[in-house]
Amino acid sequence: MIRRIYAIAKKEFRQIYRDIRSLAVLLLLPIFLLVMFGYAISLDVRHIPIAVYDAQNSAESRRLVDEFNHSEYFDLRYHLSDVREIDALLDRGRIRAALVIPRDFSRLMLRDRSCEVQVLLDGSNSTSAQTALGYIEAVILNYCSGLTDRELLRFAGVQVTVPVDYRPRVWYNPELHSSVFLVPGLVTFIMLISAVISTALSIVREKERGTMEQILVSPIRPAELIVGKTIPYVIISLAVSFGVLAVSHLLFGVTVKGSYPVLFLVILLFLLSCLGMGILISTLTQSQHMAFTLSALLTILPAFILSGFVFPIRNMPVVIQAITYLFPGRFFLAALRSVIIKGTGLASFWKEALALVAFGAVTLTFSILRMKPGPRGRRK
Amino acid sequence: MRRDFRMMRLVFAAPVLQLLVLGYAATMDVREIPTVICDLDRSAESRRFLGEFFQSGYFTAKAQVDSLDAVDRYLDDGEASIALLVPRDFGDQLAGSGTAGMAVIVDGSDSNVAVTALNYASQIVGTYSERIIMRRLERSGTQFRPVTSRVQARVWYNPELKSRDFMVPGILAQLLMLMTMMLTSLAIVKEKERGTLEQLIVTPVTPVQLILGKLIPFILIGFIDIALVVLTARLLFGIRVRGSVALLFGLSGVFLLSTLGLGLFISSISRNQQQAMMTAIFFVMMPMIMLSGFVFPIENMPKLIQFFTYLLPLRYYFVIIRGLFLKGSTLAELWDQAAILLVFGIAILGLAAQRFRKRLG
Repeated sequence: MIRRIYAIAKKEFRQIYRDIRSLAVLLLLPIFLLVMFGYAISLDVRHIPIAVYDAQNSAESRRLVDEFNHSEYFDLRYHLSDVREIDALLDRGRIRAALVIPRDFSRLMLRDRSCEVQVLLDGSNSTSAQTALGYIEAVILNYCSGLTDRELLRFAGVQVTVPVDYRPRVWYNPELHSSVFLVPGLVTFIMLISAVISTALSIVREKERGTMEQILVSPIRPAELIVGKTIPYVIISLAVSFGVLAVSHLLFGVTVKGSYPVLFLVILLFLLSCLGMGILISTLTQSQHMAFTLSALLTILPAFILSGFVFPIRNMPVVIQAITYLFPGRFFLAALRSVIIKGTGLASFWKEALALVAFGAVTLTFSILRMKPGPRGRRK
Repeated sequence: MRRDFRMMRLVFAAPVLQLLVLGYAATMDVREIPTVICDLDRSAESRRFLGEFFQSGYFTAKAQVDSLDAVDRYLDDGEASIALLVPRDFGDQLAGSGTAGMAVIVDGSDSNVAVTALNYASQIVGTYSERIIMRRLERSGTQFRPVTSRVQARVWYNPELKSRDFMVPGILAQLLMLMTMMLTSLAIVKEKERGTLEQLIVTPVTPVQLILGKLIPFILIGFIDIALVVLTARLLFGIRVRGSVALLFGLSGVFLLSTLGLGLFISSISRNQQQAMMTAIFFVMMPMIMLSGFVFPIENMPKLIQFFTYLLPLRYYFVIIRGLFLKGSTLAELWDQAAILLVFGIAILGLAAQRFRKRLG
């Protein structure tokens, strides 16, 4: 049995080796994509382009504008002299937000001690709009409390003590770089897609070419065929995953806080479940085109949207949360983030690891059953 | 092609199904952040203070613990994303005129949630502090009002700031790109592998005719897909097209030229279906999804990569489709994007025909 599996694996290896272009694509492209995407993607909201319409232009209002000027979150692009210019700037996407300071700003601030500052916001990208609004409010709040302190000192000669000393601490990712959060997601996305598509055509190709009949009449059993076909791709995918991890360490400073053997185990389980998914697609379809379509549909967008890569799973409706359990990406990503960012061990993600085992076992078993030389298996 | 009945079913059912699942899934709104509380004070004051957090709707109490070790465990296991720690003397300090410390620990591994949580937390603490200052000033008999300012925000295009309104048109565009590329990228190479391409070559069909002939059925399918997904977005997500629907179809047609062209081009340069599939997925689909501005803003990218994104037709189509859905844009604002798409589409189709002619010669 081992000999037969070995023979199939050797044949598959030879086939891969002969198509050197595909092999190069499989080995190098995931790493190249990680480099490119890793530099490209970020959710940090910085340098938001804004415009200011300062109707008063007094020392007091300029001080507020200065606060925006000094903040790294904003790029003050335009000082407007007409409030009507805002419309066109927002429409053309030149600015994300505009600040309107009223004509009686300093009088309201100093005498009435309260003033309304108008903010116009491009809400089309709601996430960055919300963050931008949060930053704007923080700048204004900061300005007001500074003014209060100054006024109080002048008015009563009292220094205000802060009642609640608020000390935020950020764990695991103290600088709040989104790359620390995104790189493991990117690794999952790239590895999942490359593993699934590497095996998605492996069986259906033989069906299309008619070589499957030859294999079926040979003494090779379905289980041996499936295992033999999977082995070369396990090796290739493992090589890719180490390349990918090395790149994320060297270029993006993502260090593994947890243990390497645990990481290796999780990667292996994940690869098995992805390759199993690819093989299953291959046994279920009748043409390469169909296998390609199915695997692209089941991997590309689901790996991006349903794995927790950028969209938090716990915010999804319950039905959709249930659907995310059908894709291996979510389990792997949760485990990967724990072991890389938090440095926790199997104790905190054994459930995810178990789910990956189950996923791999189910897909591979199903594939073997589909291959059984019987009326169902032989149907073409 | 109609003979491939299974394929046809997939081509029409898949976009609707995917939009349905993914449209509901793709939301970045941060609400109900799971919170663990460590309140060592347990006074009326500390309870009132913590109550402010949960009344805001942004935080949900997950557990109440009495030691820092327990807080550790909740954050490590990911069961809570934020911890609020109130020290023993919190109430006493605030009742007097001292400063009460408090700590907030945020799980920074999801930086997006962390930034939002910190924003909310600092606002809540700030407002609470302000109220205590007022109380203290009143008590000391000082006639002083602190300066406050209200930010009156007016949000355009998406007033409720729902991330779904932003995401669903994006998914729609992605699906259109994926479906059309999947259909075409194997179209020619399949015939090459089967050997039926030779038969076509000996007939008097010119390469341009062949490309156009292959294109027309796909354009039709593309339009049906657009209609289906726009209808799904309208009926299930309540997202309507603010601009003109005719313009949406017209400009989507222009976009289809570029994706179908890319598909046919890939098909003409690949030797077998495996190569075509890998080229399509790795070189086109994945970059389009990551780099076109679907979730990751292009202006955040390094200059070199920003330059590269100009090569992605999806980038222009995103501007068009978001403009039409959210802003109600007209051709006056969108013509430049449409012109680039048109040039891109014609160029890539020309290249595909060119490649094909070379093969014939």
